[in-house]
Amino acid sequence: MNKKTILLLACPILLLLMSLTTAFIPLQGGKPLTDSLKRPARFGFGRPATVREIAVWDIDVRPDGKGLPLGQGDVKKGKLLYALKCAACHGVDGTEKPGVKLLGGALVGDTLANSRPKTIGNYWPYATTLFDYVRRAMPYNFPGSLSNDEVYSITAYLLSANKIIKADVVLDAKNLYKVVMPAKKLFIMDDRKGGPEIK
Amino acid sequence: MGKINKDLEKATGKISRRTLLGGVIAAAVLPVQSLFADETQSETLGLTDVVDDPTKIVGPGPSPLGKRSSFEQPVRKPSDISSRTPLQDMHSTITPADLHFERHHAGIPAIDPSKHELLIHGLVDQPMKFTLADIKRFPSVTRTCFIECAGNFRTGKTEMTPQDILGLTSQSEWTGVMLSTIFREVGISNKAKWFLAEGSDAAVMTRTIPVAKAWDDAMIVYAQNGEAMRPEQGYPMRLLLPGFEGNMNIKWLRRIELSEEPYMTREETSKYTYPVKDKIRMFSFELDARSIITFPSYPQKVNKGWMEIRGIAWSGRGKVEKVEVSTDAGKTWQLANLQEPVLSKAHTYFRYLWEWNGNATEILSRVTDETGYLQPTLAQLVAARGVNLGGYHMNPITAWQIDIDGTVLFKPETIK
Repeated sequence: MNKKTILLLACPILLLLMSLTTAFIPLQGGKPLTDSLKRPARFGFGRPATVREIAVWDIDVRPDGKGLPLGQGDVKKGKLLYALKCAACHGVDGTEKPGVKLLGGALVGDTLANSRPKTIGNYWPYATTLFDYVRRAMPYNFPGSLSNDEVYSITAYLLSANKIIKADVVLDAKNLYKVVMPAKKLFIMDDRKGGPEIK
Repeated sequence: MGKINKDLEKATGKISRRTLLGGVIAAAVLPVQSLFADETQSETLGLTDVVDDPTKIVGPGPSPLGKRSSFEQPVRKPSDISSRTPLQDMHSTITPADLHFERHHAGIPAIDPSKHELLIHGLVDQPMKFTLADIKRFPSVTRTCFIECAGNFRTGKTEMTPQDILGLTSQSEWTGVMLSTIFREVGISNKAKWFLAEGSDAAVMTRTIPVAKAWDDAMIVYAQNGEAMRPEQGYPMRLLLPGFEGNMNIKWLRRIELSEEPYMTREETSKYTYPVKDKIRMFSFELDARSIITFPSYPQKVNKGWMEIRGIAWSGRGKVEKVEVSTDAGKTWQLANLQEPVLSKAHTYFRYLWEWNGNATEILSRVTDETGYLQPTLAQLVAARGVNLGGYHMNPITAWQIDIDGTVLFKPETIK
């Protein structure tokens, strides 16, 4: 048989087979069930977010300084704010005293790698985290209540009390992310990966 | 009692509930009222008050909301910051929603679901906001998996229950939408390698998660064990990252921002990190394999003879491959039976039938997951990480000591 004949013979057989197959696909609402696997590129649910909506919620700060707001703060103002808004839970000067349990834990301590308790000075790898966290979650009893200037000031005071910046430094969006934290060199990314090795 | 029975017959047989409540006989027969009493009343007039022979008195009728037998009182164990699941009271792997462990950093927010929105922005084609109703319109998926807090190991004394030792792990059947579905809807830039997830609680909790997890198995869930998720679990919507440390499964989810870089939030730097020799390990996402015997355990007592040792095993890296049980303090190990189906990244129930000869011994379990990882001893963890272990990602084999009188005590091991 030549090629043409085979094709001519095959066509009706294929058509018959196809009609049989279609007949066996269960129908729901007139369409084969397999249609439910089709997905649109977009469902069209939700709505575009406005620039303002994003700005109100987008309060995060990255280690490269992205997200740091306008404003500035200094150690002196920070010390006053600390006494007013932080000392109740973190102690008069942020350090742990023997026999005294601090509700919010110590913030100031030795910057040596293995000294304890864990504080900003010996454990926090990024200064930007301090700004981000204080702004979003502190003080505990009135979260999100500090102005950007106040957050810069409290950050400056805590970095100064931990002997990471000098007492005359004025912090803002241009210099905060450049502060190098003593503990940064200690941090390593997770190297566990399953398998027989215990890590 | 005879009069009450007679009236009960009347109440359930011939007299309609409305007539009864209408006061025709209710005032005269006080106990009958308890049949239709509200929840507070039935707490006090519970089933424990029931007569000697339950076949001779008609019981309470249908109610709008079921509750446990008053003989069963499993409860969580709360502290200031968390509340632990009573694993020793569980007979299988689904945790009842009201017993799911809790951990939050600034309390449980009160969120009106009709006002809650999820914002997705950053490295996306189109920043979008989705209401809860929008999220529920997307194709949904149901998945059973565990969530475990990364700081889930307590030791130090013998009088400790499984709940005390590692009660910060629970399992639910979660329903929601695959995060990949939402990411496709928004359009994610190729440059995006990480995303920040943020909660709507007073801690405005944030964690950075690799985008790869979104394309793998991450979900945004709104239902737990078939009903709307509990407030303490993130109502109205939370992130679900099967196998990843609990803290990353951001509850009360309100914002996701796509980024080239991790954000280095407080919870992924100063917390949820731990010493490994002279370094500090961060971004430890997967929870390594772990198991514990929940029966027998403290404060239960056992009798000489046959008993079924029972417990749970799980791995954040996939399926449980096998569980072995030792009844001779770790000298020899036998395979336990696994309850099918064994699900990936899920609590898996195991059982081992044992005839106790009455001699003092120690019983232990150890799990191997599908990656070939064998649950380590505490000594192995110390050898790998050093003596300053910290409290995160601790999954050591734990032993129960059985004394000749049948008492069961936890065997605390010293680290240093």
